[in-house]
Amino acid sequence: MAISRRQFVVGGAVAGAGALVIGVRLSGHLVRAQESDAGAKKPAPNPFDAYVHVRPDGHITLIVAKSEMGQGIKTGLAMILAEEAEVDFNSVSVEQAETRPDIYAHMGTGGSGSTQENFTPLRQAGATVRALMITAAAAKWNVPAAECEAKKGSVLHEKTDRQASYGELIEAARKLPLPNPEKVELKDENDFELIGHATPRVDIPSKVNGSAKFGIDVRVPEMVFAVVARCPTFGGKAAHFDADKAKAIPGVRDVFEIPAMGADKFSAGGIVVVADSTWAAMKGRDALAITWDHGAAASESSEGISDALRTAAQKSGARLRNDGDVDAVLSNGAKKVEAVYEMPLLAHATMEPMNITALVRAGAAEVWAPTQSPDWVQGTVASVLGLKPDKVIVHTMLMGGGFGRRYMADFPAEVAQIAKVVGKPVQLVWTREDDMTHDFYRPATCHRLRGAVDASGHPVAWFHTLASTSIRGYWDPKADAAEGESGGARQLPYAIPNVRLEFNGVNSAVPRAWWRSVEHSFNGFVVESFIDELAAAAGEDPMKFRRSLLVKPPNWKPRFEYDPDPARLLGVLNLVAEKSGWGNPLPKGKGRGIACYHSFGSYFGEVAEVTVKGNDFRIDRIVAAVDCGQIVNPESVRAQTESAIIYGLSAALKNQITIKNGAVEQTNFDAYDPLRINEAPLIEVHLLKSTEDPGGMGEPALPPVAPAVANAIFAASGQRLRKLPFQFKAA
Amino acid sequence: MAAIQLIINNASYEVDVAPDTPLLWALRDKLNLTGTKYGCGMGLCGACTVHLDGEAVRACQTPVSLVGAKKVTTIEGLSPDNSHPVQRAWIAEQVPQCGYCQPGQIMSAAALLAKTPKPSDDQIEAAMVGNLCRCGMYQRIRRAIHRASLSQAHGAQAYVAPAYCGGASSGGSAAKGA
Ligand code: FES
Ligand code: FES
Repeated sequence: MAISRRQFVVGGAVAGAGALVIGVRLSGHLVRAQESDAGAKKPAPNPFDAYVHVRPDGHITLIVAKSEMGQGIKTGLAMILAEEAEVDFNSVSVEQAETRPDIYAHMGTGGSGSTQENFTPLRQAGATVRALMITAAAAKWNVPAAECEAKKGSVLHEKTDRQASYGELIEAARKLPLPNPEKVELKDENDFELIGHATPRVDIPSKVNGSAKFGIDVRVPEMVFAVVARCPTFGGKAAHFDADKAKAIPGVRDVFEIPAMGADKFSAGGIVVVADSTWAAMKGRDALAITWDHGAAASESSEGISDALRTAAQKSGARLRNDGDVDAVLSNGAKKVEAVYEMPLLAHATMEPMNITALVRAGAAEVWAPTQSPDWVQGTVASVLGLKPDKVIVHTMLMGGGFGRRYMADFPAEVAQIAKVVGKPVQLVWTREDDMTHDFYRPATCHRLRGAVDASGHPVAWFHTLASTSIRGYWDPKADAAEGESGGARQLPYAIPNVRLEFNGVNSAVPRAWWRSVEHSFNGFVVESFIDELAAAAGEDPMKFRRSLLVKPPNWKPRFEYDPDPARLLGVLNLVAEKSGWGNPLPKGKGRGIACYHSFGSYFGEVAEVTVKGNDFRIDRIVAAVDCGQIVNPESVRAQTESAIIYGLSAALKNQITIKNGAVEQTNFDAYDPLRINEAPLIEVHLLKSTEDPGGMGEPALPPVAPAVANAIFAASGQRLRKLPFQFKAA
Repeated sequence: MAAIQLIINNASYEVDVAPDTPLLWALRDKLNLTGTKYGCGMGLCGACTVHLDGEAVRACQTPVSLVGAKKVTTIEGLSPDNSHPVQRAWIAEQVPQCGYCQPGQIMSAAALLAKTPKPSDDQIEAAMVGNLCRCGMYQRIRRAIHRASLSQAHGAQAYVAPAYCGGASSGGSAAKGA
C-alpha cells in the first residue's frame, strides 16, 4: 500500500489558482501531499481519492468522491477536516468530485464505509494544513513554531501579539515542503470542539423547501422522458409488439426496442417509449400491445424457491467454520434444540425510484446519475456506447435513498441505449412498479440450527446450516458463493466449544444483490434468535446468558476477517440492558427481548419491548446502544440508527417479495408497504464513548432489531417467531 | 390540447397538457417545479402532496382539469425563506435524511397544523399515515410537528425540545460522553 514520498503534482484539472492543494489517500490510511500549479507532468498512477483546497480567501474545500444519500456524509467529513485544520466548521465545504477515476482513485459509496475510511486520513490532512500555516507564520515572524498557535483560521503568536489569517499565509505555505502526514501531530481527543459534538447537517435546509435536486429532478433544455416496458418475467423478452396505439398518444415521440445487456449490467431490455413528459411516456407504455416470450424462468415460484431452500438447509454443505466436534456432542445426551428459520426476498424500495438522465453526442456522453457508484456508471455507459470512459461525464446527483440499490448498472446501461437513439437529453424514469418488479433483491434464505446445552446450562454445540439464493450465485455462478453469505454467522461471537457453519446455494433467475446490511440482515436474525432459544433451553436469562458467553481471552485476536471484539459487544449489551431497565418486572402480556450484534465495524445492543394482545402485538419501544468507535457527528449516528431500525422493522413485520410465474407479485406500496408513522415505535439511542476507529453507521443498527422483537414476543407469549415477516397468532 | 390555467404559489401559469394529466406531472415536467415528488403514482406514499386551497391532496391523483380556480401551493411556495413554522421545526429536529419524502411530509404537516393547531399524537398519526418515509424518520416528524405547533402558538422560543435525543418522552438519552 505504501507509495513513494515523492512530490506529487496535481494537474490543472483539480488545482485552483493560488490554492494550497493537498492530495489525500482515503482508503489506505495514508496522506501524501503536495502543492501545485497548473501545467503539471502527467500524474500516473494517481494515488489520491480526495483533495483539500485551501483557497486564498482562507476557505477550505474538500473535493471527494462520496455521494450524499441522507447519511450526512458531507457534514461529517467537513467536521473532521475543520477540527484538525483549526478553522470554523462554516469555512469548510465539501464538493462532489467529478467522475474522473484518473484523479480520484476510489469512488463508491456503500458498505457503511464513508466515515470509516476517511477519518484518519482527513484528520491528517487537516493537521497538515494547520502545520503548514504555523510553519509559514513562524518563518514570517521569525519566531519558533512551537510558540505559535492556530485558531479559527488564523495563526497567533501571543508573545508579540501577532496574528495572520490562513489566507494571508497561503502564498508562503504553498512553497513549504510537506510534512510527513503520518507524523503530523493530531489534536488530543479531549480538545475536540467539533468531532463528537452534534452538528446540524448542511444538506437539510435545501431539503425542506424543494430546492434539493435529486436525480429525478434533473432538467436539461430540450429534455424528453422515457419509460421502458420490461418483461415481467426475469429473463423474458418481447416476442412481438405493436406501437400504433402508443404512438397515437399526444406527446409520445418514439417507440423502439432495446435488448437486455447480460451479466454485470443485468438490464432487462424492453420496449422504450419516449415522450414530452413522464406522464405521456407512461400512457404510451400502457397503450403498447406486447406479446412476451416469458423465457426459461417462467415457472419459478416462491413456493419452489422455499422448498429448494428447505431441502438445501437439511443437507451438508460447504464448511465455513468447524470448531471441536459438533457431531459427537449432538449425538450424545446433552439437551438438544433444533430450529428452522426462513427469510424472504426483499426489495429496496428507495423512496425515489430509479432514474437517470443522459445526453449522447458524437463521440461523447454526459450523464446525470443518482448513484452510489459514479465510476461504474461511467464505465457502463462507455461500454454500451463503445466510448472510452473519459469521454463520459458523470454528474453525481442527490439520491432519494440508496440502500445498495443505487450501486447497480442496469439503469445506466438502459439510458445509454436509449440516449443513443434519441440524440437529445433524455430522462429515463422507472415507475414504482418498475422499481419493485425489477430490483436486485435481498436473497431468500433458510437456516437449520442445531444446538445443545449441557447439564449445567452451558451451550456446548452450535451447528448452523445456511441455504441461500446467494448474491454471488447470481453475479458469478462460478464463484464461491459461500463467502458472501456467511458474515455474522461465521463470526459467531459466543464462547461455544463446538461450532460448525455450512452453506448450500440455491439457484434462481431472480436478480439478487446487496440490500441494507446484506447477509447480516438474515444471519443477525438467526444468530440472535437461536442464542435466545439456547438460553431458554438452559433456563437462563437471555441477557445474562449472552454476557457469560462474551469472553475475551487475554491475547484475543480476530480469527476471521471482521471478527467482533467480544468486549465491545459486551459493552453495548451491558449499556442497553441498563438503559432499558432489563430485569425490571413487566405487567402480564408485555415482554422484553434483547439482541447484540456487530457488523461494518460497529456494535449494537438493542432491546425491544412489546405488548401482546389476542392475535396481535405492538412494539412499545426500541432501546439501542451503539459503539461505533469515535463518534464524529452524534446527530448523524442517532438519525442513522433510527433509520436502520425502521427499515429492519419493515422487513420484520410487513414486507416480502414473492414470485409467481417467474415474476414479482408485489408492484407498489399497497402490497409492499413499508412501516408507516402509526406503526413506528419510539426509538431511544444511547451512545457509548469510544476512541476506536469509527465504524460504519448506515447499516449495523438493522440486524439486531428483528431478533430483539422476536425474542420479546417469546418473552411475552412463549411463541417463537422464526419466519419473516412475522405471522403472530394467539396461542 | 387546450392550455389549462393554474394558479400555483400565487402566480398564474398556463400548461399545455392533456386534461387527464395529473397535477404532479404538470408541475414537474412542464413547469419545472420539481419540489413535488413522484413516489408511487397511486396515492399510496404522499411524496406528491400539495395544497389545493389549503387542503392537502395527492398531486398524482389530481388531474389538472379538476384543479380549476383552486389555488395550488407546492413546497416551493410554502415560504420564501424556510420561515414557515413547519420548515423551521423540520430543521430544528433535523428531520430529513435522504429528504425525498420530505416535501410531501411538510405539506401534509402544514395542512394539519392550519386546521388543527394543537394536534394530539393520534391526530398527527391520522394526518401523516399516508406519507411514507423509507428513511424511517417518523419520530422526528412527530416531534417536529409538536414543535411547530408550540412555536405557532407561543413564538419560536416556546418549545425547548430534548434536542437530538432518542424519543420525545424519553427525556433524552443521556449519551455517555457524546
Ligand atoms: S406519488 Fe402521489 S401518493 Fe405517491
Ligand atoms: S427522508 Fe428519505 S424517504 Fe423520508
